[in-house]
Amino acid sequence: MKVTFTVNGRPTEADDVWEGESLLYVLRERVGLPGSKNACEQGECGSCTVYLDGDPVCSCLVAAGQVQDREVGTVEGLAQGDTLDPVQQAFVDAGAVQCGFCTPGLLVQTHDLLNRAHHPSDAEIREALSGNLCRCTGYEKIMDAVRLAAARKADARDAAPTGLEG
Amino acid sequence: MEFLRPATWEEALAVKAQHPSAVPIAGGTDVMVDLNFDRHRPDALLDLNRIHELHTWQIADDDTVRLGASVPYSKIIDALPDRLPGLALGARTVGSPQIRNRGSVGGNLGGASPAGDAHPPLLASGATVEAASVRGTRLIPIDDFYLGVKRNALEPDELIRAIHIPSATGPQQFAKVGTRNAMVIAVCSFAVALHPRARDVRTGIGSAAPTPRRASEAEAFIRAELDDTGLWTSAGELPLSTAKRFGELVARAAAPIDDVRGSAAYRRHALAVMARRTLLWTWNDHRATGRAAA
Amino acid sequence: MAALTKPKNLQDVAAPGRDGVGASPLRPDGILKVKGDFAYSSDLWHEDMLWGMALRSPHARARILSVDVSAALAQPGVYAVLTHEDIPGSKFYGLEIRDQPVLAIDEVRFHGEPIVIVAADHPETARRAIAKIVVEYDVLPSIGPVEALDPERYGYVHAPADYKAHAFGNIVHSQHIHHGDGDSAEVRALADVIVRGEYEVGMQDQAFLGPESGLAVPAEDGGIDLYIATQWLHVDRQQMCPVLGLPPEKVRLTLAGVGGAFGGREDISMQVHACLLAQHTGKPVKIVYNREESFFGHVHRHPATMVFEHGATRDGRLVFVKAEIVLDGGAYASTSPAVVGNAASLGIGPYVIPHAAVDATAVYTNNPPCGAMRGFGAVQMCFGYETQMDRLAAELGLDPVELRRMNAMEQGSVLPTGQVVDAPAPVAELLRRVKEMPLPEVENWRTADGPDVRELPGGLSNTTHGEGVVRGIGYAVGIKNVGFSEGFDDYSTARVRLEVIGGAPVALVHTAMAEVGQGGITVHAQIVRTELGVDQVTMAPADTRVGSAGSTSASRQTYMTGGAVKQAAEAVRAVVLARGRDRYGWAPAFAAGLRLAGGKALTAAGEVVADLVDLLGDEPVDETTEFRHRPTEAFDKVTGQGFGHVQYTFCAHRAVVDVDVELGLVKVIELAAAQDVGKAINPLAVVGQIHGGSTQGLGLAVMEEIIVRDGKVRNPSFTDYLIPTILDTPPMPVDVLELADAHAPYGLRGAGEAPTLSSTPAIVAAIRAATGLPLNRVPVRPEHLTGT
Ligand SMILES: Cc1cc2nc3c(=O)[nH]c(=O)nc-3n(C[C@H](O)[C@H](O)[C@H](O)COP(=O)(O)OP(=O)(O)OC[C@H]3O[C@@H](n4cnc5c(N)ncnc54)[C@H](O)[C@@H]3O)c2cc1C
Ligand code: FES
Ligand code: FES
Repeated sequence: MKVTFTVNGRPTEADDVWEGESLLYVLRERVGLPGSKNACEQGECGSCTVYLDGDPVCSCLVAAGQVQDREVGTVEGLAQGDTLDPVQQAFVDAGAVQCGFCTPGLLVQTHDLLNRAHHPSDAEIREALSGNLCRCTGYEKIMDAVRLAAARKADARDAAPTGLEG
Repeated sequence: MEFLRPATWEEALAVKAQHPSAVPIAGGTDVMVDLNFDRHRPDALLDLNRIHELHTWQIADDDTVRLGASVPYSKIIDALPDRLPGLALGARTVGSPQIRNRGSVGGNLGGASPAGDAHPPLLASGATVEAASVRGTRLIPIDDFYLGVKRNALEPDELIRAIHIPSATGPQQFAKVGTRNAMVIAVCSFAVALHPRARDVRTGIGSAAPTPRRASEAEAFIRAELDDTGLWTSAGELPLSTAKRFGELVARAAAPIDDVRGSAAYRRHALAVMARRTLLWTWNDHRATGRAAA
Repeated sequence: MAALTKPKNLQDVAAPGRDGVGASPLRPDGILKVKGDFAYSSDLWHEDMLWGMALRSPHARARILSVDVSAALAQPGVYAVLTHEDIPGSKFYGLEIRDQPVLAIDEVRFHGEPIVIVAADHPETARRAIAKIVVEYDVLPSIGPVEALDPERYGYVHAPADYKAHAFGNIVHSQHIHHGDGDSAEVRALADVIVRGEYEVGMQDQAFLGPESGLAVPAEDGGIDLYIATQWLHVDRQQMCPVLGLPPEKVRLTLAGVGGAFGGREDISMQVHACLLAQHTGKPVKIVYNREESFFGHVHRHPATMVFEHGATRDGRLVFVKAEIVLDGGAYASTSPAVVGNAASLGIGPYVIPHAAVDATAVYTNNPPCGAMRGFGAVQMCFGYETQMDRLAAELGLDPVELRRMNAMEQGSVLPTGQVVDAPAPVAELLRRVKEMPLPEVENWRTADGPDVRELPGGLSNTTHGEGVVRGIGYAVGIKNVGFSEGFDDYSTARVRLEVIGGAPVALVHTAMAEVGQGGITVHAQIVRTELGVDQVTMAPADTRVGSAGSTSASRQTYMTGGAVKQAAEAVRAVVLARGRDRYGWAPAFAAGLRLAGGKALTAAGEVVADLVDLLGDEPVDETTEFRHRPTEAFDKVTGQGFGHVQYTFCAHRAVVDVDVELGLVKVIELAAAQDVGKAINPLAVVGQIHGGSTQGLGLAVMEEIIVRDGKVRNPSFTDYLIPTILDTPPMPVDVLELADAHAPYGLRGAGEAPTLSSTPAIVAAIRAATGLPLNRVPVRPEHLTGT
């Protein structure tokens, strides 16, 4: 079957999709976006996390046909050109990336968290990221990265002009 | 394999009538795992995502929540914790945030896994499943819904449209044991709901029998105990011995097995502990709110 | 030559070069990884590519009566269906012993053993083809570790004739260590108390997140190019060439992005299968395991049963230890012999004990093959000896940390192998440091809004609001060897090239080191910056065009390939400075005293004598060297004596746990570590290693186990093989000590594995402290804590 959807703002079409395929497979193997990772394909690791109509979901558990006419956002869409999103930059800076296989999913999930909660507590961060397994870091540097990203985003908000010049 | 994408509920029922073997897919968090691991190759998938009404809920005049089958757990946690506290607590323990953004009560019921976390709270609140087909609509009391391991009362041409859940009139609790502090399938689980107006207490046991089930003897015991001691009226302290006895009776209602997730003996033991604790939590809440109201 | 003392020529020589050794520059691959642009082995794609897949045995032990692949072959979209009969060369491979069939021959020996491989145009086509293959089995009772020891009664896992020289009965390898007077009656008489304990460690999985995967591309010269996630390119190739019937130059491996390894990629998995299918079809073949296949596709940590006896004097001096260890090696040898060597030689822990008798044995069974995993034989032992130390302390009424410190080894101590420790061994100091760290808050789960279940045992599952919760604290320390041991010719190769590009000196580093996430490439660039005084360092992809780097295992890569890069950079520097002699007429002694920093050549006093760009001119300097650590020797077969290990590494942990003693659920509240790393080449990365290793130890302590019943794996999924989530993992303060080892480059000490050892026993000790239960098995399950 054919599936037409939007990825990172771009209209996209995938042809010859087998009906049992996942969104993850379509992204990785058919539309050239292998950034979302395939660590388990059973919803347990979060490495495949993408936005689906604005909500982070495991793309391995979304049937390809279910994204027809919908909007998908992947890790590849987080940066603005060469400018990394603050979440991406914080993961690099804090040493939260080792093998990096968990990273794309964690970035999307953290991005969503910090959109919803500007100053999350440690417990909130842990609850929000509890569906993203990382086998390398022991999560300490990931916690650092999320706190760093939250602080930098707060600084950026403070620095942003609040007048009418908009 | 076919991929069927009805746009309306009526269309979905028609399609299901034509393809009774088509597997409905809502959040996909059960269906896709089976597909990815080659455990199941249905002739057709019946996608329910386009049917908007399944993602909505309404509150009826009698305060019953009519919860669309596909409403994801995260919505229940955010929007309905006051009306459906037991279900919201259960929902918060389902998988991970990503799973909760997709997984639904309709899917939990469709799969009818004994480990499903929606089941105990639904049993404890006395929910009703609204099942429909081209032949018409049936309201299936939750007590009659689970027939066996991963078997439910739906006919091949039926779909779940909504779940009718009475808004809580008293405290509700849900607890589940798993060997990890998040993202874990229940080793066993337990829900309890106080219904002060009806002077009733209902329960639900998960993952400790071929189907989710109520602990009827425990319910009868605590009902009688609360009546006999006048505790509903006095809102006095619940004796620990009563809570313990309740726990024992809950454990006795289970028929668990040994498997990789836990032993039968542990499941029984854990149910007794969870039942005792959650009963005390709800009762103490009830007393506190009672006092606050007084 | 008179020194020019113009201040503007002076450089700040005390500071390490920018982003040099001791700094924490960012990973060179970090940006790619956060953008999703880093190409892991499972991300590769090729025009016309086929998908490979394996049919695996559902039985642990069975004779194969027949294999019918005709229906699979007839299916449209299927390009090849291969059995062992289609293998052009040798049908066996293996890291230490070539005993493992590439595809099963007449018999399967473990659940999940591959029998047939298929190449098809889509994964689903391959799956359907596999479903059509008909295999007839004669199922036999499987041999477990107990049965293995009585082969006459229960049978042999391999025909005795096949063991050749390396084994007898079902025993793959055993090692005895006799130290002092062992556990003779006289020795026993010296002990006032003797504590005996039996311990068990379950089968742990590496559970790296990036599944086994790679892409094999047939080349025009009849060879194959394989892009692969592995730990050791050259030894993969060494095992593959005989199977493919190709000479090494025709089997070219390039490292693709690796999603973690932890020992699980030391053996080959899908490498040969992909190449066989590519050879057969003439098309590129990609294989990507799913999570279930991954559990079957790599070796695991050896389950162990251990019996320990520790004897001590009343005042707490250890007198003797006796240990008997049986490791379940599974169906094939993998690295079992080396794991046995480690278990035996490190089996008494970091303590000075005058007498010891240790026996370690690995057996062949019909369980999944076991081999390398972070900690490699030392993890299991550490759980045993550290539990013994706690029990001994209790028996003697001593503080457990004090007992350990009293008996701790130090520089100059003699190990039971007779080896004298000739580098710092700050065991007592590490214990002191973890003990002195401030303790975490009590009842941290209490908040103004009531209990926060996320901070309680059971977490989000809402099982307690404080009821039944008891705090416990536990300590442990461990010892791990670094590098390959027992006389293995351990070396690494590095090539460093220095040239002027765009007016600036640029270095290129080329090694075959597998970057699996540990940060080796970051460290290599730091070393080159420090040695050659350049800012810009580029990394060539790791491949087999340069010599072997050895495996990314045994905590050895910073030492070994780092050492090789340092040595190659030094060789480059010598050539560069020799050019100065030609160009500027420097005396040899003067040139030898110069250093390179900030793009200049400097005297010891920091005086600039030349620009690196001028010294280099148009001609690049390109040097390749092999680096070796001090030779080690094999352990004597009878006494276990010998200089077996080149370096030792130590870590101590303090664990603080809250246990819901009624439900048997555990929440680790804090896991503090102190570790000596000799020299933190990259402090950020070394702490990351300690965190990661500690967390894997946490997993083994309370949740991780591959459950095998009658040879069948019962939980090959992330649904039922649980690894710690971020909610299971506590804050982990780390204290890094840097006591240089004079024998190692920069004085560094391998760091990756030690934290995996002591974390497990520290956590279990804390659970014991909270519950008063003996807990002789890991992982600890709720059943153990509730007696159900
Ligand atoms: C990583 C992971 C963790 C999980 N953890 C938990 C957990 O902790 N607790 C828990 O309870 N579950 C858990 N699950 C299982 C799953 O998320 C739940 O069962 C969820 O409720 C399923 O909802 P869904 O909408 O995704 O169902 P789907 O997968 O879409 O469907 C599930 C079943 O219901 C049927 N179905 C769906 N909608 C209807 C309908 N309207 N009418 C009739 N039949 C229908 C489907 O055909 C299928 O048989 C987990 C799953 C994953 C992958
Ligand atoms: S790959 Fe989707 S959750 Fe693991
Ligand atoms: S960095 Fe390797 S899994 Fe997280």
